Amino acid sequence: MLSFILRRIAVVIPTFLGVTLLAFALIHMIPGDPVLVMMGERQIDPEFYASALKRLGLDQPLYVQYWHYLLNLLHGDFGTSIVSNEPVIREFLTLFPATLELSLCAMIFACLLGLPAGMLAATRRGTIVDHVTMGSALTGYSMPIFWWGLILIMLFSVSLGWTPVSGRISLEYDIPPVTGFMLIDTLLSGEEGAFKSAAHHLILPAIVLGTIPMAVIARMTRSAMLEVLREDYIRTARAKGLSRGRIVIVHALRNALMPVVTVIGLQIGTLLAGAVLTETIFSWPGIGKWLIDSISRRDYPVVQGGILLIATMVISVNLLVDILYGVINPRIRHAR
Amino acid sequence: MLLDIRNLNVSFGSTAQPFQAVSGLDLAINRGEIVGIVGESGSGKSVTMLALMGLIDAPGRVTADALQFAGQDLLGMKAAQKRQIIGKDIAMIFQDALTSLNPAYTVGYQLMETLRLHTPLRGAALKQRALELLEQVEIPDAKSRLNAYPHQLSGGMSQRVMIAMAIACQPKLLIADEPTTALDVTVQAQIMELLVNLQKQNDMALILITHDLAVVAEVAQRVVVMYAGEVVETSSTELLFNTPRHPYTQALLASIPEHSKGAKRLSTLAGVVPGQYDRPSGCLLSPRCPYATDTCRTQRPPQLPLSGTSVRCFTPLNDSGIPSHE
Repeated sequence: MLSFILRRIAVVIPTFLGVTLLAFALIHMIPGDPVLVMMGERQIDPEFYASALKRLGLDQPLYVQYWHYLLNLLHGDFGTSIVSNEPVIREFLTLFPATLELSLCAMIFACLLGLPAGMLAATRRGTIVDHVTMGSALTGYSMPIFWWGLILIMLFSVSLGWTPVSGRISLEYDIPPVTGFMLIDTLLSGEEGAFKSAAHHLILPAIVLGTIPMAVIARMTRSAMLEVLREDYIRTARAKGLSRGRIVIVHALRNALMPVVTVIGLQIGTLLAGAVLTETIFSWPGIGKWLIDSISRRDYPVVQGGILLIATMVISVNLLVDILYGVINPRIRHAR
Repeated sequence: MLLDIRNLNVSFGSTAQPFQAVSGLDLAINRGEIVGIVGESGSGKSVTMLALMGLIDAPGRVTADALQFAGQDLLGMKAAQKRQIIGKDIAMIFQDALTSLNPAYTVGYQLMETLRLHTPLRGAALKQRALELLEQVEIPDAKSRLNAYPHQLSGGMSQRVMIAMAIACQPKLLIADEPTTALDVTVQAQIMELLVNLQKQNDMALILITHDLAVVAEVAQRVVVMYAGEVVETSSTELLFNTPRHPYTQALLASIPEHSKGAKRLSTLAGVVPGQYDRPSGCLLSPRCPYATDTCRTQRPPQLPLSGTSVRCFTPLNDSGIPSHE
């Protein structure tokens, strides 16, 4: 098992290198630079402009800048924000729990609805249940996130007044960050009503962000289940006299989970991309909103560092998925 | 009588144009008896057994006049009630043992699952019984095999595990659906020997579905020959092999390679089992039968008793293997 994990990790290294290059190249391709953006419409004194570029190290050729960037990375230095003068990693770590909390809740929502929906559709194949479930899944999958978010806000926040429009918690609460997860921190703070307020704020963004993964999980679960239910060992399980429920949950689901877990892993990337939009719609103070703001400010170190850190997460999750395979499927664990 | 099936029909496809996989099948099995069911692929052997086990799913339809097992009526029984018999008193093993075991669970888990379902055994006693079963099917180093996953076993070993699972609750009837087809010849003989030994030890009835007539001749007391979803001949093994009454049985026996010694080509019966759309209106064998008459081509023959056997043919063969009317 250990050598299996090590082999997987070795494969990941070139991916990281590619991500640094891509992040670096993309942000430098956008016209303008941080100094110009900060100056805005005003006239710039060319001398000041040159000295500002020099101070930020932006006067050097791109390959030199990239080289310095890589060297710093090797020392664990993700750079310092040009705008706030804070280390990128510190800003990231402050904001990341908000995104993680949102993504986790979105994923939990997606799995809680997607897995049973897929199983239900598979076991009731061809019936009205199947068609309705898969129809809804397709609708959910095709939903543009920004539009879906606005519709839900209009309905639940504006018309019905059930949930707040934006933010993580009502302004009346001042919750000291302990874990960074608002749901946990509000419980720790012991303030009355704080947890409820946080949960209220979380519910809509989580649904919006979780809709596409839910649809994908439901469809994947259905097709994987259908395939597995045709297997010989399902016939064996039935010939043993096992109940329908036990056959589906114990014998079929475990084997069907393989492709589903892959998809859940792949959805983490979609989730983070979706988080950028969702956080913008709901003014959710996470890394998605942070990245968007930084791009418009041409805050190179933040964008590069932020992208790299997000990529690190996506890669780690995929690594975790690979390792999970080994746990679920003994054949992969034992393969050389 | 242990098992009594009367007028079993299994059909697939739409109600408007059903495909009759099994039609009007009668089968009776006595306690402790070994019965071979033979016939080429597509003759409905496996479907019959799956129907008995209740493993035919919609859109497949199963009807019968009677489906009695050990005095219980399997037809009118609720699904939950039937599940207490299936896997316990009637057990089945399949052709491809490697894919018939769940790859995600250990041998021990799958074996103990059956025991936990049908017996009160729990904990250490349960594990002990699983171990005994593996030893009973002659799996070497049984203790470590309990923790093995199916992919770590050979085909023969997997089939032994399947057999252990099937006999776990000492069934009264074991159905073996081509249990040796996917195995090496040497392993085939071992598995057959094991099955016959277990049958004697546990005094269970054994239904052996197979292509291998040699195996049937060796172990079965009675043989049922099926063709295109119908029973065409039922008889004791001795009678069937010495004096086949149905032209199809005769052709099957002639196609055993040993019977063609010296000949340049093996004896075969031209054509294949008719499918959904090319079923003849008369006797189902008539397009392939060398003795077919006009009556054969227009009318379905009934199953009739004939000197100790039962044959579905208008012109059954006499002792010299020639149609009686010629």
